[in-house]
Amino acid sequence: MTDLDELKADLLARVGAAENLRALDDVRVAALGKKGAISDLMKGLGGMDPDARKAAGATFNRLKTEIAEAVEARRDTLEDADLNARLAAERIDVTLPTREEARGSLHPVSQTIDEVVAIFGEMGFTVAEGPDIESDWYNFTALNIPPEHPARQEQDTFYLPGEADGQPILLRAHTSPVQIRTMLARKPPIRIICPGRTYRCDYDATHSPMFHQVEGLVIDETTHMGHLKGCLIDFCRAYFGIDDLPVRFRPSYFPFTEPSAEVDIGCTRKSGEFRIGHGDDWLEILGSGMVNPAVLENCGIDSTRYQGFAFGVGLERIAMLKYGIPDLRTFYESDLRWLRHYGFAALDVPSMVGGLTR
Amino acid sequence: MKFTLSWLKDHLDTEASVTEITDTLTMIGLELEGIEDRGAALAGFVVARVTEAKPHPNADKLRLCTVDTGSETFQVVCGAPNARTGMKGVFAREGMYIPGLDATLKAAKIRGVESHGMLLSEREMGLSDEHEGIVDLPSDAPVGAEAAEAMGLDDPVIDIAVTPNRGDCLGVRGIARDLAAAGLGSLKPLPIDPVPATFESPVRVHLDFDDAHRDACPYFVGRMLRGLKNGPSPQWVQDRLTAVGLRPISALVDVTNLMTLEYGRPMHVFDVAKVSGDIRPRLARDGETLLALDGREYTLDSGMTVIADEARAEAIAGIMGGEESGCTDATTEVFIETAYFDPVRTAATGRKLNLPSDARYRFERGVDPDFMVDATEIATRLILDWCGGEASEIMELGEKPLVSKALSHRPTRVATLGGVDVPAEKQKLILEALGLRINDGGEAWEVITPSWRHDIVGEACLVEEILRLNGYDAIPTVALPRESDLPAPALSDTQARRARARRLLAARGLREAVTYSFMPSPLAELFGGGSDRLRLVNPISADLDAMRPSILPNLIAAARRNADRGLRDVALFEVGPQFRDDTPDGQDVVTTALRGGRTGHRNWAAPPRSVDAFDAKADALAVLEVAGAPVDNLQISLDAPTWYHPGRSGALRLGPNVLAWFGEIHPRVLKAMDAKGPMVGCEVFLDRVPAPKRRKAGTARPKLDLAPLHPVGRDFAFVLDAGVKASDLIRAVKAADKALISDVRVFDLFEGGGLGEGRKSLAVNVVLQPVEKTLTDAEIEAVAARVVAGVEKATGGTLRG
Repeated sequence: MTDLDELKADLLARVGAAENLRALDDVRVAALGKKGAISDLMKGLGGMDPDARKAAGATFNRLKTEIAEAVEARRDTLEDADLNARLAAERIDVTLPTREEARGSLHPVSQTIDEVVAIFGEMGFTVAEGPDIESDWYNFTALNIPPEHPARQEQDTFYLPGEADGQPILLRAHTSPVQIRTMLARKPPIRIICPGRTYRCDYDATHSPMFHQVEGLVIDETTHMGHLKGCLIDFCRAYFGIDDLPVRFRPSYFPFTEPSAEVDIGCTRKSGEFRIGHGDDWLEILGSGMVNPAVLENCGIDSTRYQGFAFGVGLERIAMLKYGIPDLRTFYESDLRWLRHYGFAALDVPSMVGGLTR
Repeated sequence: MKFTLSWLKDHLDTEASVTEITDTLTMIGLELEGIEDRGAALAGFVVARVTEAKPHPNADKLRLCTVDTGSETFQVVCGAPNARTGMKGVFAREGMYIPGLDATLKAAKIRGVESHGMLLSEREMGLSDEHEGIVDLPSDAPVGAEAAEAMGLDDPVIDIAVTPNRGDCLGVRGIARDLAAAGLGSLKPLPIDPVPATFESPVRVHLDFDDAHRDACPYFVGRMLRGLKNGPSPQWVQDRLTAVGLRPISALVDVTNLMTLEYGRPMHVFDVAKVSGDIRPRLARDGETLLALDGREYTLDSGMTVIADEARAEAIAGIMGGEESGCTDATTEVFIETAYFDPVRTAATGRKLNLPSDARYRFERGVDPDFMVDATEIATRLILDWCGGEASEIMELGEKPLVSKALSHRPTRVATLGGVDVPAEKQKLILEALGLRINDGGEAWEVITPSWRHDIVGEACLVEEILRLNGYDAIPTVALPRESDLPAPALSDTQARRARARRLLAARGLREAVTYSFMPSPLAELFGGGSDRLRLVNPISADLDAMRPSILPNLIAAARRNADRGLRDVALFEVGPQFRDDTPDGQDVVTTALRGGRTGHRNWAAPPRSVDAFDAKADALAVLEVAGAPVDNLQISLDAPTWYHPGRSGALRLGPNVLAWFGEIHPRVLKAMDAKGPMVGCEVFLDRVPAPKRRKAGTARPKLDLAPLHPVGRDFAFVLDAGVKASDLIRAVKAADKALISDVRVFDLFEGGGLGEGRKSLAVNVVLQPVEKTLTDAEIEAVAARVVAGVEKATGGTLRG
């Protein structure tokens, strides 16, 4: 064994024995540093003849490379060990809960309005609005409900003390006044829905003094009762997400429509369980009809040329049916537990493209 | 409206089943509310004769009966004490369901003797709690017949909802006519058997109205009967009245109830012995009183109509008779009043007196003016049949109001409005069955409506009648055609903003509430409202009487209610209307948020803190930003309204246009509302945010210039008077070099200490964004110097040493 072999074995042993990065660096300096063993050897090259220098130089360089590689390899090993040690020391309990982020929600009434708008929007309806405080004329007279009409007695209307143009001022009892305002402001064709607050002087388990309706109105020259059926069947099926939901149209009476129809959807009420869909029973869901010619004339629309249909849906009612909310009164109590349970996430935006309901 | 099946069949000749009838009623607009069919549950139970009842060989209390159903005999073991030879009872066979036991009968051996079937008690039939013995039927009950029939229980009671336009269906006959028109049978002729007069009525009638009020009672039919003997009405009449929920009283009272229910024709019968002189329908006198048949005294006014005699008012016209002239068992002479009263006056009177009645219900919907003499004849015949006696001539006064109208009907209109082709012949059949007369003019018919249909006033009404009786199911369903290939957006910019504001606040951790538009007046006053014109005349309760001037109080009240349940940390919002005045423009849709308590629960990593005004400010700014407001250019003024903490609130504005208020809720307001603070809130007036300017380039955004150079940051700390607004400092800093300074961030606020009373220090990090070349130290120093000078000039602040 030559001296060189011994030196190599010694250096490799020392590299291998380095316990940590600092010890390894000491070895590296001792071997490869300016004053290291291999550098010392290199310094001896200068006194050799050219042939010997060439041979020795190559040998020394090989040794240098070998040692350097050994140092790198050892460094990797030691660094891995160091890192493992550090990671072990850095262990945290990931089962701890996260920082709290407040969670918000949308009210079922808002979500339901958005769903209804998404469906009718697809059918070309736009959203119209009107004031909650109305005059008697918009709420009743223009809708073909004269002062002593029995229909007025069935609606317990809230009144305010003032008058507008000699008309009593009241809280609208339905969203139908928006029909009137729209027809007075625009020429047909008209295709609108009007979601909004409505008020009736009534409070018990199934009545709230304030609730929401959505009104719909289509006026043009050709829309007939078959379209009314098509439009509302499409709506009911889309809203409840039941493709073949049975929908039934039944004659009824509203002063502002002629002919008038109540709309029922199929349901089951067997052994205490209530379910919407195919079944042996019917559930009344909305009122509708062809707009009464008198209403068109009240709005300055020629009833010999234009016709169309209107409908009104109770928003809380369809929300309760779809989402299984048992009590109407709880909608307005702002109980955080209720809002959390029945509320909707901000990103659950209903659309016909992205889906109406998660 | 309740009636029995047999009653209906008195007027409708039909083979239809009960189910066909009730299904049809619903589908022609006379919606079935309920059907009570006691007979159906009893189907199969038959009348049987006990041919022999002898003691049971093995039991003292049981009897061994041989039961004959007419076609078969059975051996039955029976425990009833009244089981005896020769009686007739109700028999159930093996395999039949027994409602009172909720069990199905099986063959059994009782004490060693076989028993096949059962003799039933009323309790076992599910009729009553009677279980003393088995049903003991009259001896003439036909053996083998259905027990329900023999017991008079086979007449189902049908209850329908009659819409306000269909006064004609407030009588059994009108319902029968509609069913006949729907093809369910034919209407039987009216059972009129006129009673000839045998004396001249000594009681005369005078319509005491001036010309202006003649329409209160335009037409009057009267007749006197004498020699009567009042008493109970026949059993079938009592059964019918009882079945529909009326109490039989006496023949003379029951006859008027019968006429009301059967023909929708209210009548009144006065006891002539108690009437002074002649009958005088007239307007009531102001303050005149009348003791009505319900035992209550009513004070009348001159807008009301009464039937009076020479002395006083005897009845409130069309609503209720008077106690004084009512019939009793002693009555022998009566005056029958069959009148037409103005629907509008009758409705107004009834509402004013808060007096509902079957008569008013029909008069206000309009009765048939052509069915008054006939009605009088029918009633006369019934009274004479039941009470004996004789009748005077019929007196007719005034003029019959004209209900019938001549309308034009184009048969093609059924298709163009109703969406279904109904052949002209079928249309004709339907209209004629309803009592309309038709002069076929080809394209347009002249149609005369009947006197009982006040509701048919135009062609659309005729189309409805045809659609209704032809069946809505027959109308083909047609999808609503699209006006364009792709729909336009359904929401306006304003509406879309509100929708975004809602979802933004929900994403920020607030829960949306929907609260009433009204609130207690004192609360409304605390929030700048409570004006008289916005106070409801008829609130549902005293604490819901004022239209809300702000949504905040409702949210504060909600927060308090939640706190009462142990949920003190609250973040709520509502987007809804609030009211400035009672005009259509006096309503603003406001986005209102409220936070109370702490920012969250205690957490090992991020401890919560109390909510503060900056939470409310952040909510307001976020809402404004999502609404498209230029949030970087808003001014903040310190003039939020009185319900905010005066030192911890502000207004966000664009010049004079206030877009939002935010801040801590005033402690005095919280105290008045019994709510625990702190609470902070904001009210954002979304509709005041200027509409986005649509650029000529459309929706394209300005070109993005990405500076290739690193931004440079420099920190400054200024000592200022405590009253200097941070926003003024920031504006001064920015103004120092609008091109270079891209951001100014306040990172420290220090008050008191060595700075001295009334002084504060604000530290800002100023970000310089080089545009063309890296800034030299000298250039940076120059900007810094301008910043310091600008701040000093604008705020008097100096660089902190």
